[in-house]
Amino acid sequence: MTTAAKVFDEMGWPEDIRPPYTLVDAWLNSVPAEQLALKRREAEVLFRRIGITFAVYTEGGDPERLIPFDLIPRVLAQAEWQSLRKGLEQRVRALNAFIHDVYHDREIIRAGKMPERLVLNNPQFRPEMVGQDLPHNVYTHIAGVDMVRTGPDEYYVLEDNCRTPSGVSYMVENREVMMRLFPDLFRRAGVAPVAHYGDELLETLRSVAPPNCPGEPTVVVLTPGIYNSAYYEHAFLADEMGVDLVEGADLLVRNEICYMRSTSGLTRVDVIYRRIDDDYIDPLVFRPESMLGAPGLHFASRAGNLTLANAIGAGIADDKAVYIHVPEMIRFYLGEEPLLQNVPTHDCSKPDDLAYTLAHIEELVVKAVHGSGGYGMLVGPHASKEEIRTFVEQLKTRPHDYVAQPTLALSTVPTFVDSGIAPRHVDLRPFVLSGDKIRIVPGGLTRVALRDGSLVVNSSQGGGTKDTWVLER
Amino acid sequence: MLARTASSLFWLARYMERADYLARLLQVAGHMSAVRFDADNNSEWESAIVASGSQQAFFEKHASANPETVVSFLAFDRDNPSSICNCIETSRRNARAVRTALTTDMWEAVNTSWMELRDFEAGEMTEDRITEFLDWVKARTSLVHGVYANTMLRRDGFHFTRLGQFLERADNTARLLDVKYHVRLPTVQDVGGVVDYYQWLAILRVLGARRAYRVLFKGQVEPVHVAELLLLRLEFPRSLAFCFEQICLNLDPISSQDSELSAECKRIAHKQFAELRYGRIEDIIERGLHEYLSELIERCALLGEQIARGHNF
Repeated sequence: MTTAAKVFDEMGWPEDIRPPYTLVDAWLNSVPAEQLALKRREAEVLFRRIGITFAVYTEGGDPERLIPFDLIPRVLAQAEWQSLRKGLEQRVRALNAFIHDVYHDREIIRAGKMPERLVLNNPQFRPEMVGQDLPHNVYTHIAGVDMVRTGPDEYYVLEDNCRTPSGVSYMVENREVMMRLFPDLFRRAGVAPVAHYGDELLETLRSVAPPNCPGEPTVVVLTPGIYNSAYYEHAFLADEMGVDLVEGADLLVRNEICYMRSTSGLTRVDVIYRRIDDDYIDPLVFRPESMLGAPGLHFASRAGNLTLANAIGAGIADDKAVYIHVPEMIRFYLGEEPLLQNVPTHDCSKPDDLAYTLAHIEELVVKAVHGSGGYGMLVGPHASKEEIRTFVEQLKTRPHDYVAQPTLALSTVPTFVDSGIAPRHVDLRPFVLSGDKIRIVPGGLTRVALRDGSLVVNSSQGGGTKDTWVLER
Repeated sequence: MLARTASSLFWLARYMERADYLARLLQVAGHMSAVRFDADNNSEWESAIVASGSQQAFFEKHASANPETVVSFLAFDRDNPSSICNCIETSRRNARAVRTALTTDMWEAVNTSWMELRDFEAGEMTEDRITEFLDWVKARTSLVHGVYANTMLRRDGFHFTRLGQFLERADNTARLLDVKYHVRLPTVQDVGGVVDYYQWLAILRVLGARRAYRVLFKGQVEPVHVAELLLLRLEFPRSLAFCFEQICLNLDPISSQDSELSAECKRIAHKQFAELRYGRIEDIIERGLHEYLSELIERCALLGEQIARGHNF
């Protein structure tokens, strides 16, 4: 399937406008092009001044780049969102149940629903977590579920990000900037707000305070520091929650209790929203040379004196080979039929699937199992002969490391490009918060592939973002 | 509050104040050398380097101090950690590290300064543009200081910011006054002469204190009065007495669990303030102004160390 064939445009642009987009269409038709161009520049100035930047390594030039922001919103009707929301809740419930099971009785393996190898031989499996009980049995407190759409009622989950999904600051700031630029539009549109994300996040984190927490839990955000590509987001979230933003050197663990160094001495810390990978979080347990985390965090957590969010070892659930089994997890743990579909995925570790993948590589998307950020990925229809040849070699030598999926005809939304307005492919990352209950702010982050025909929406690969509207009525 | 946050706020304000001081210093060097008509007209530029506290680094890089080398070193040199450009850069880096402790207005003031700085750096530096740049630095630093004073909650974060600003200012005022000691006059007879007079006047101009001087002392510029104004006058917001009063006022309310820990910095600050508050200019001059100032500069450094130690930076 090539991307040119029967692509679903969510707006129905330009002829056949779908109802949720009526207002956007009227707005686009009424505002002169020059004014929109002016607003685009204004948006860029706002982003720069607020400092909403994203560092992209491996490239020269400006170290603090802006992610391009597109003015045309992506709109979901309330009913569309409700069905998505239910599916997301169900999926994340199952993922948390799965991670809990993996570190306890492994019933899903004993029931023969998942190969043992996939769990125990997985680098994301952390034996250090075996037998540890967590508040509300939650491991992935903040999950970012990447969704794509191919038709009015066809949604697929592309991947589950259970470790440290980023991008939520763009969800909130895109709205903020849109409201500053077009206040009038919002007065008429009835868009569900997203600005309370910080409050919801704080509520979630407080609800998973460790059993030995002495009183009101002290929550902090742990960042690798200002040189991290998502630093802006870390500062943003700390700010929105009104909590301290700490670096590893600010923390220390004494007698299995975590403290931060304050001007008046040591202050006890109960919950850490950490934006540092497992490998770097605790040099006593993982990489000994890491300066980013703090020695002893894992032991403080194990002793019931500290909650790490997300939990160490949550990554076992967002592995691309484990992904294949998520619908089965939903049936197994919840006894329900999955509301959201997986993309049909070929597991290249199976000989038949590998053979199929090799035979159809030019029409498939092949992904490294442990890769993220659009690296280690081949989009068959868009790849050169040379790229395909290299990938085939890798596939044959390390089939276990790859899965393959059909190239989906991702939906499009009209987008400003150099030549005017044109349809561009989008995805959606809603953020699902799990604590005493599940909280989801309506919408999520819409990423858009700005190059014509491109399906890669990652910001590290030239993707942009859009404000995502869920209509209240 | 988090010790690293306190440290970043302290240094954010220090570097902004330093940028302001360097801009003023370069302006005064220009003014002073303009009234020299003998061959030794690089002396003012040399003294500007001394007053910036960076002789060693400067002479490792440049053979002589002249308008070009000094302006480039103190204003734009990226290898000089205390150049104006690096001061603004460091301020902004500190601000970015503690964004959550800043008000939005404060962050935007610092960040916009940094963005505009990059525009300045991109252009060619003509003499006119340097003048424009130095005025811009003074305006931006005033803005940053004004914005934080007007928007920050009066809690520990504010006090640390204030401490940084006034400790830096104390150090700078002491160094500036000491410049006169290093400037060579053409001959001994010139002491008290026209060149000497204009040099004292220039110091007042750097600190924006010419009018203050007139109001307080009337008449001609007398070195002893300049020294009194810059050291002891509580009414003048760049005097050492004023700076140390601010330091004491902002050190005292900072909350601490362990009063022993922060006792030493408070002792140094209050002792120095008492000395300035009750000192007499005649005694200071008699002991030797240069010696007095050298001691003060050392004490500022010590106080900085003790503030950091006393609050776990």
